[in-house]
Amino acid sequence: MSAAEPVLADVPERGPGGRVPPSRWLSARLLRSELRLIAGRRRNQMGLLVLAAVPVLIAVAVRLSSPREGRGPDFLSSITSNGLFVPLAALGVELGLFLPLAIAMLAGDAVAGEANLGTLRYLLTVPVGRTRLLVTKYASLMIGALWGVAVVVLAGAIAGIALFGTGPMLTLSGTEISFGSAVWRVVLVSLYIAAGLAALGAVGLFISTLTEQPLAATVALMIFTILSWIADSVPQISWLHPWLLVDQWMAFGDLLRDPPFWDNIARGLWVDVAYAVVFGLLAWARFAGKDITS
Amino acid sequence: MTQPLERVQTSASERDLAIATRGLTKRFGARAAVDGIDLVVPRGSVYGFLGPNGSGKTTTIRMLLGLVRPSAGTSSLLGQPIPKGAQAVLPRVGSLVEGPAFHPYLSGRANLRRLDAADLAADPRTSRQRIDAALDRVGLLATAGKRYRAYSLGMRQRLAIAAALLMPRELLVLDEPTNGLDPQGTREVRHLVASLASDGTTVFVSSHLLSEVEQMCTHLGVMSDGRLVTQGSTFEVRGGAAPTARVLTDQPTVAARILSELGLNGVEAVPGGVRGTPDGVAPEKIVAALVEGGVGVKEFTVTSPSLEDLFVSLTGEGFDVSG
Ligand SMILES: Nc1ncnc2c1ncn2[C@@H]1O[C@H](COP(=O)(O)OP(=O)(O)OP(=O)(O)O)[C@@H](O)[C@H]1O
Ligand SMILES: [Mg+2]
Repeated sequence: MSAAEPVLADVPERGPGGRVPPSRWLSARLLRSELRLIAGRRRNQMGLLVLAAVPVLIAVAVRLSSPREGRGPDFLSSITSNGLFVPLAALGVELGLFLPLAIAMLAGDAVAGEANLGTLRYLLTVPVGRTRLLVTKYASLMIGALWGVAVVVLAGAIAGIALFGTGPMLTLSGTEISFGSAVWRVVLVSLYIAAGLAALGAVGLFISTLTEQPLAATVALMIFTILSWIADSVPQISWLHPWLLVDQWMAFGDLLRDPPFWDNIARGLWVDVAYAVVFGLLAWARFAGKDITS
Repeated sequence: MTQPLERVQTSASERDLAIATRGLTKRFGARAAVDGIDLVVPRGSVYGFLGPNGSGKTTTIRMLLGLVRPSAGTSSLLGQPIPKGAQAVLPRVGSLVEGPAFHPYLSGRANLRRLDAADLAADPRTSRQRIDAALDRVGLLATAGKRYRAYSLGMRQRLAIAAALLMPRELLVLDEPTNGLDPQGTREVRHLVASLASDGTTVFVSSHLLSEVEQMCTHLGVMSDGRLVTQGSTFEVRGGAAPTARVLTDQPTVAARILSELGLNGVEAVPGGVRGTPDGVAPEKIVAALVEGGVGVKEFTVTSPSLEDLFVSLTGEGFDVSG
C-alpha cells in the first residue's frame, strides 16, 4: 500500500479524474458485465452442457433404434430424412423441466444471489438506480433464455444433420418442405419458446426480489412452473387454462404445419407479454422501495 | 458534553456540510435501531463515528447511502437530500458498508471491473488505469488476479477500500475499514485516510476501535443504543472531560489535606498516593504547596482521561449488547 502516491495522477484529463457526464441511462457496459458474469459461472456452463446433451442423446438413440433402410415404415423414415427433427424433439422434451430450471437458476442469482453475497448494496451505492438494475437484470434473463434455447437447437441441429442428413422435412400437415424453409421454421420455434421462457424469467425476477436466498427463489420458480403444468393437465379447471403461462407452450408444433397455424401462437405470445408486464411491474414495485439490509 | 453540537450547527450552514441529518430514525419493528440523531459532519473533516456493537452505526450509514429508508427524519449528503438526490450525489461518494462483499469466483480485478462498469459516471477509457491505481493504493496489485474466494480477510477488506477509491471522491463513508487488517494494514489505512483528507476529501469513518479513531479524526460522534450521545471536534469532545492530578507519596493524609485546601475536587486515596480534579488550579501551584507542606513528592502527574475512559463513561460499562 503506497499511501503517498496520488491515485489518479496518471489518468488522462477527460473530466476530473475519469468522470464523464452520465449522458445515457442504460449502459451496455453493465449489461455486458452481467452477461460475462453469467457466462463465466462454472455452474451455468455445466447447465449448458446438460441442455446440449439431451438432443445429442435423442439423435443417437433414434439412430440406433431406427430400422435399416427400406424395411421400416414410410412414416418414420420420412421423418428421419431430415436431421432438424432432433432439435425440435429436444426442445419439446426440455421445455418441461430443463429449460425452466435453467431460467430459474439465472433468476435466483439475479437479485437474491446479489443480496446473498452482499454485492447488491455495493451495486446500489455505485450508484446503479434500482430501476436501471432491474431492467438490466431482466434484459440479461431474456438473453439467457434465448441463449439456452439456442444451445439446445444448435447442438440438436449439428447432431441431427450429422446422423440424418439434410433431406426435405415432413410437416405436421403431411406435406414436405425444403431444408431451407425447415431451417426458418426451427428459428421461429426457437423464438417462440424463448419468449415463453423470458416471461417465466419475469416471474422469477419478481420472486428473486422477495428473498435473499437464491436457492429459495430457484425452487419457488420451479414449483410455480410445475404447478402450472399440473393445472394445465387437469380438465376440471379448464376455465383456468387460458391464464396459465405454460398453456400454449407446446403449441410450437403449430409452426410446423403447412401453412403455419397462428391462432394458438398468437394467444401464447399475448400470455407471455401479459406475464412479463405484470410480474415485471410487481418486481419493480417490490424492489424500488425495499430496505437493503443484506 | 453535548453543547458542541449546537455550536457547530449554528456556525455552518447545510451547504458547507458533507453530511447533515435531522432527527434521523430507523425502527425495526418496535425497536429503534437509530433514534433521532442529528449528525453534523463539516466538509474536509475526518469524522470518527464511534459506538459499541449494535449501537446503530451501520444502520445510520445505510440510511445515508439510500439503502434503507428512514422511519423518520431527513438527511443530506454534500448538500443533496437523500434518498431523492442519491443518484446525483453518490458518484462523488465512495463507501464501505458492513464489510467487503464481492463475487467469490471472480478475481479481485474482475470484481472492480464490474463495479466500474456499473458506474455511468466512470469513463470506460480510463477504467484500466483507475482500477490498477486503486489496487496499487491498497497494496493488492500483485494478488489482483486471484479469485476473491482465495483472499484472506484482510485482503478482502483492502479490496473493498479499493472499490471505494475507483473514482475521485469528495466524501468517503467507511464502515469499520480496519476490521480484519493486521497492524501494518491498520497503519496503512490510517495513512491512506490522512493522505485523502489532506487532498480535501471528507472522511466519515465508523469504528469501535478507539485508539485508531483518536489518532486520525478531527471530529467525533459517539453513538450509544441508537442515540448520538456526543458530537463535535475531537478537542471539544475531549475538553468535556476533566483532567486528574495524581501524587505519589508516602504521606497521603497530609497530601490529601493540602489538595483539599487548594480547592481540588474529589480528592481520594489511590494506591501509593492521592488524586483529585484540579478544576483550574495550576499544576505548579499544587507542587509548590505540597513541597511547602513538607510532603515528599515521588511523582506528580496531570492526565486527561483517555478517549477509552471517555467512551466507556458515555456508552456504559456493560459488555452485553443492548437490544
Ligand atoms: N435488518 C434488521 N432487522 C432488524 N433489526 C436490525 C436489522 N439491522 C440491524 N438491526 C438492529 O439494529 C441495531 C443496530 O445495528 P447496526 O448494525 O446498525 O449496529 P452497529 O453499530 O453497526 O454495530 P457493529 O459495531 O456490531 O457493526 C441492532 O440492535 C440490530 O440488531
Ligand atoms: Mg456495523
